[in-house]
Amino acid sequence: MKWSRIYALFVARNLEFVRDRSSLAWNLLLPVLIIIGFAYAFNNENPEKFKVGLVVHGELQGAAAKFRETRYIKFIEFDDADSNLTKVERHQIDLLFDAASKRYWINRSSPNGYIVEKLLIAAYADSPESLQKSLVEGDEIRYIDWVIPGVIGMNIMWGALFGIGYVIVRYRKFGVLKRISATPVTAMEFLSAQILSRLWLLLLVNVAIYVGMDLFIDFRMYGSYLNLLLVFVLGSVNLICCGLVVAARISSEEVANGLLNLFSWPMMFLSGVWFSLEGAHPLMQKFALLLPLTHVTEAARAIMIDGDGLLQIADHLLVLGLSSVVLLWIGARIFRWE
Amino acid sequence: MSIILQVSDLVKRFGSLTAVDHVSFEICEGSCFGLLGPNGAGKTTTIEMMEGIRQPDSGTILYRGEPLGEQFRNEAGIMFQTTALQEFITVREIMRQFSRFYPHSASIDDLADRYALHEFLDRDTRKLSGGQKQRLLLAMALINRPRVLFLDEPTTGLDPQSRRNLWDQVQQVREQGATILLTTHYMEEAYELCDEIAIMDHGRIIAHDAPDALLAAHFNDVVVQIHAADIPRDIGEREFQAIYRNDSAHILTGDVNRTIAQLLHFDIPLDRLRIRARNLEDLFLELTGRELRA
Repeated sequence: MKWSRIYALFVARNLEFVRDRSSLAWNLLLPVLIIIGFAYAFNNENPEKFKVGLVVHGELQGAAAKFRETRYIKFIEFDDADSNLTKVERHQIDLLFDAASKRYWINRSSPNGYIVEKLLIAAYADSPESLQKSLVEGDEIRYIDWVIPGVIGMNIMWGALFGIGYVIVRYRKFGVLKRISATPVTAMEFLSAQILSRLWLLLLVNVAIYVGMDLFIDFRMYGSYLNLLLVFVLGSVNLICCGLVVAARISSEEVANGLLNLFSWPMMFLSGVWFSLEGAHPLMQKFALLLPLTHVTEAARAIMIDGDGLLQIADHLLVLGLSSVVLLWIGARIFRWE
Repeated sequence: MSIILQVSDLVKRFGSLTAVDHVSFEICEGSCFGLLGPNGAGKTTTIEMMEGIRQPDSGTILYRGEPLGEQFRNEAGIMFQTTALQEFITVREIMRQFSRFYPHSASIDDLADRYALHEFLDRDTRKLSGGQKQRLLLAMALINRPRVLFLDEPTTGLDPQSRRNLWDQVQQVREQGATILLTTHYMEEAYELCDEIAIMDHGRIIAHDAPDALLAAHFNDVVVQIHAADIPRDIGEREFQAIYRNDSAHILTGDVNRTIAQLLHFDIPLDRLRIRARNLEDLFLELTGRELRA
């Protein structure tokens, strides 16, 4: 590998990207418009008015079963209480109830929690003293705090998949790749330059978007910026490599477009960008774990909302890192200049 | 002269079609070799295998006695039949990019001087005319100071001035010692530039020699051309071996004096008489036929 060749291709690709003003504007504006549109349209309102976490093993009996039948409350079942207390702290659920011990947790500052508590006590009208109340504290996670890591991840996904996939297919279709293949440049040098250029541009654009949004929207960021950057770098590399695999052989923009959409739309809706997969069908949750954007979104959310460190998100980083290596290997193996 | 490129028994198939069928030839260092043939004859497939762009199904291609490798990539300059350039970058930037691909490269300013690129050196590559783009592509092919230059139909679509200009530039490259392999549809171009030509048809080489040697081997006549309407049709068919094209009658003859005497004998006016030697186009049509190729 000769760095001078990689550098030459890197510079040329950067110039192409920066000078294609309509594409650049789209890359910068789209995520901002999405965030403004969705965040303020939802205005922190969840479609389900109340959410209750139920720790339950087996069939519910008596008052607990009666409470479970309350309409207009979304009940989410959990295996244990301890690992789900943070959801009460963050106002993701309004009340957590352990049916076996009859213990419940509400957030001191949650109005919804107050109302749902009244409904629980009403269900246990015969023996209200059997219920044990516990209070937790924590700031509310607004929808905008929750959605921003996902939207940045989604923007990276679009930029990576289409930015690299479409460009390579277009290069191949019009013979740019053929011309480069007639020089000493190797496939690995060409692909490395495309990855580096796209990575650098994605980070530049998304850091600009992050900083720009931070100026206007006071969103939550409790973790380390370096860790967040690491997640976005690994996520970008992974999604770029997905784009490389798609673009490795085909020379039709229409086919590329179809395949890239086939990759990106499931990630759009099943990676937890817009709504939590908590309570979704277990198969869907398992499928979501196969999608790189799920790991980017969850790791970024863990850093920004919970202030998690690298150890807590190590599993996401490992999945992204290892699958990037595999995808790059496949992409380089099956790559064709023509 | 030493052999710089040697092609032996080259075969390339696309499904049931054999595009290149056991082709062999050698190219001497410093010469200009022309590969001619109708559309679909296998010229571009052959040249692309020689450029290392396409893998042959069988056969060998040797550059300076070795299979195509790093040395070939560094020393070969290639101008494809059609090439799209990266968009939104200028002529200077694309030349700088390509110069960085090679261990040794020519100065961009020198190339710009030689191929008249200065007027559009800072122009977006999308905004070049056909002639400007061809000059740029030739300059790009020469950026590594190649020892062997591949030109695949370099003047197709150019106006006569641009074509002449490109011929001059190719001659200059040759004078500097580079070997040239050229494919073309233009027989005049092949005659003007090539020391040696090979005519391909249906994937095979059907004639191969120096242009004049090929003409001498195939023709011993000249063409006497007169206005067709001046010859009564029955006389022409009886007395002359003539081919009628549009308004002209082409009489093929090995004895011009006798033919002219015959024309005078029949009182055919000689006002528009032209005599020309047989050329490569005649040879090409004779060898490959006149039917239209896809």
